[in-house]
Amino acid sequence: MNIQLNGQPVYAYTGGKPFDPALPCIVFIHGAMNDHSVWTLLARWFAHHGWTVLAVDLPGHGRSVSLPLDSVEDLGAWIWQLLDAAGVQQAALVGHSMGSLIALEAAAQAPERASQLFLLATASPMKVSPALLDLARTQPLQAIKMVNGFSFASWAGKPSYPGPGAWMQGGEIALKRRMQKLQTGVNLFEHDFRICDAYAGAMSAAARVKCKSRLILGGLDQMTAPKQARALAEALQSSSVTLDCGHSLMAERPDQLLQAIREALVP
Amino acid sequence: MSGYSDPGFDTLALHAGASPDPATGARVTPLHLTTSFVFESAEQAASLFNMERAGHVYSRISNPTTAVFEERIAALEGGIGAIATASGQAALHLAITTLAGAGSHIVASSALYGGSHNLLHYTLARFGIQTSFVRPGDLDGWRAAIRPNTKLLFGETLGNPGMDLLDIPQVAAIAHEAGLPLLLDSTLTTPYLLRPFEHGADLVYHSATKFLSGHGTVVGGVLVDSGAFDWQAAHDRHGLFAELCEPYAGFHGMVFSEESTVGAFLLRARREGLRDFGACLSPHSAWLILQGIETLPLRMQRHVQNAQRVAEFLAAQPTVLGVGYPGLATHPDHALAQKLLPRGCGSVFSFDLKGSREQGRVFIEALKIFSHLANVGDCRSLVIHPASTTHSRMDDAALHLAGISAGTIRLSIGLEDADDLIDDLKRALKIASR
Repeated sequence: MNIQLNGQPVYAYTGGKPFDPALPCIVFIHGAMNDHSVWTLLARWFAHHGWTVLAVDLPGHGRSVSLPLDSVEDLGAWIWQLLDAAGVQQAALVGHSMGSLIALEAAAQAPERASQLFLLATASPMKVSPALLDLARTQPLQAIKMVNGFSFASWAGKPSYPGPGAWMQGGEIALKRRMQKLQTGVNLFEHDFRICDAYAGAMSAAARVKCKSRLILGGLDQMTAPKQARALAEALQSSSVTLDCGHSLMAERPDQLLQAIREALVP
Repeated sequence: MSGYSDPGFDTLALHAGASPDPATGARVTPLHLTTSFVFESAEQAASLFNMERAGHVYSRISNPTTAVFEERIAALEGGIGAIATASGQAALHLAITTLAGAGSHIVASSALYGGSHNLLHYTLARFGIQTSFVRPGDLDGWRAAIRPNTKLLFGETLGNPGMDLLDIPQVAAIAHEAGLPLLLDSTLTTPYLLRPFEHGADLVYHSATKFLSGHGTVVGGVLVDSGAFDWQAAHDRHGLFAELCEPYAGFHGMVFSEESTVGAFLLRARREGLRDFGACLSPHSAWLILQGIETLPLRMQRHVQNAQRVAEFLAAQPTVLGVGYPGLATHPDHALAQKLLPRGCGSVFSFDLKGSREQGRVFIEALKIFSHLANVGDCRSLVIHPASTTHSRMDDAALHLAGISAGTIRLSIGLEDADDLIDDLKRALKIASR
């Protein structure tokens, strides 16, 4: 569905069911150079199991046509502005990678509004190597290939995402290329990785979070290694689940990820 | 962040889309000969049917063995996914019917496999889909043939049987200017020789019967999506592709372009065309094709080495009028081939014999190693007379447009010793010239 926010169009996928603010709400927040389509299976499942779903396209990504916002803090505030516009008081927040930082920051900015927090493939700090940032600035398409190489731990993530016959690595590359192409105002790859690199508020944010949280990590993740999330898990007093995959949990282990969320999620 | 490099083609040909079987540890992809898959629970069954979870339900829609083949060829092409079909013709039909319906129009190369020409010119016309044919090298012709109801541009990477090499970057640019995708039959080049997506093509299909399988044992096809074409943008700007960008009544009002930003085409093709028309690939066939793909790089190297030698031999024979192989400097597309086909120009080509149609018949029947049959891309060398067989349904004008004469003979060069192939041809030419 489309929502007007601050004069800008915002798109959120609702999982194949009309959005209903009377139902418990779950918000999916994508990572760098992604959009809502990385959440399709999860969004559809929750939308058909008693939840109302907003899988957002962050500003400047996908169908949310505008310039991207400049910091994780701004994006955390934007989540609540969006939920205000949608008529939602409280929501569970699920974020992947860059999206996990945004979810964490949002939960810290309005602790009473975040009912639960799921941080997927997260790290604190989420530092990006200077070499990759430089490559992102000068050769973003090459940087996309490099990041993609680090994002998967296997040749196949059965039963594949979004379904059998999909080559998950090719799908991820194509999506990142599309995001880069759609955003004509800035180098989106550099932008997204830079705001991850610059965000230093994770531990402070964790101290302000009041809701239950769960970290879901890829045991073979080379982008955000599990050990980089240890301090955050302790600060949040979070439960933690490690899946047998790399950074792209939604593509490599969709069923296990669903299980890890649904077993902990309380309406 | 150091130490990463893209896996190479040969590695992908062996590993992409597969992992050791989690149930048994089997290293080779198992053959799952089953129509259906037991549900874990009623809840899981409903989730699978409603696309809330990925998985296999019924082998017409998907199968674990077939999925490995699909994912592997998608990886080799640099695409996002693929759909295996009962044949190459089924792949072409699936591509077209996913995008076009009654009242639609296609612009196609005139240099096509006879069966593809037949589908477009006669069969689809019966269902209200019209096609305009243009010479593959006539770029102005491609542009001029586009109409408001055109849904795609279509050609072969190497036209069958004249080996006209399509200028993919130029034709793709013409398609994209008009908000249209370019669909290519890449059967004769395979991803080892040419990856059309790197040159601007949007959709590619193969008759997997040919080089991908490589052993003349199985009929199959596969349709691959690059994920690069922006269907939503074409819909917004040109009003095209409502099939992908507006609610589909056949699946709970699903809008495929919202479900998947880059995979809308494949979602609809599987959820509609494969489901409803049913031209799926048998898992057994998929398994056989996978065995072929594992050695595709090695076989293609030998195919093109042999083909180049045989083409050079034929071009030097006084009884041969001409050889249509882009690997020869005399071919009109030789310069383009240097750019698009640096690894070789395939191993299927045609040549024209001097003399009568009867001499052509004598030549074909005198061959001992070459098998006279209707196929290409086998590991064995093959020969056929297109005008009386594969392209026999085309009239003289269409044959001329396709670069076929009464004396045209098509060869598919196999993996035998090149010296033996040349000896076989030499002897048959001598007998035919008596």
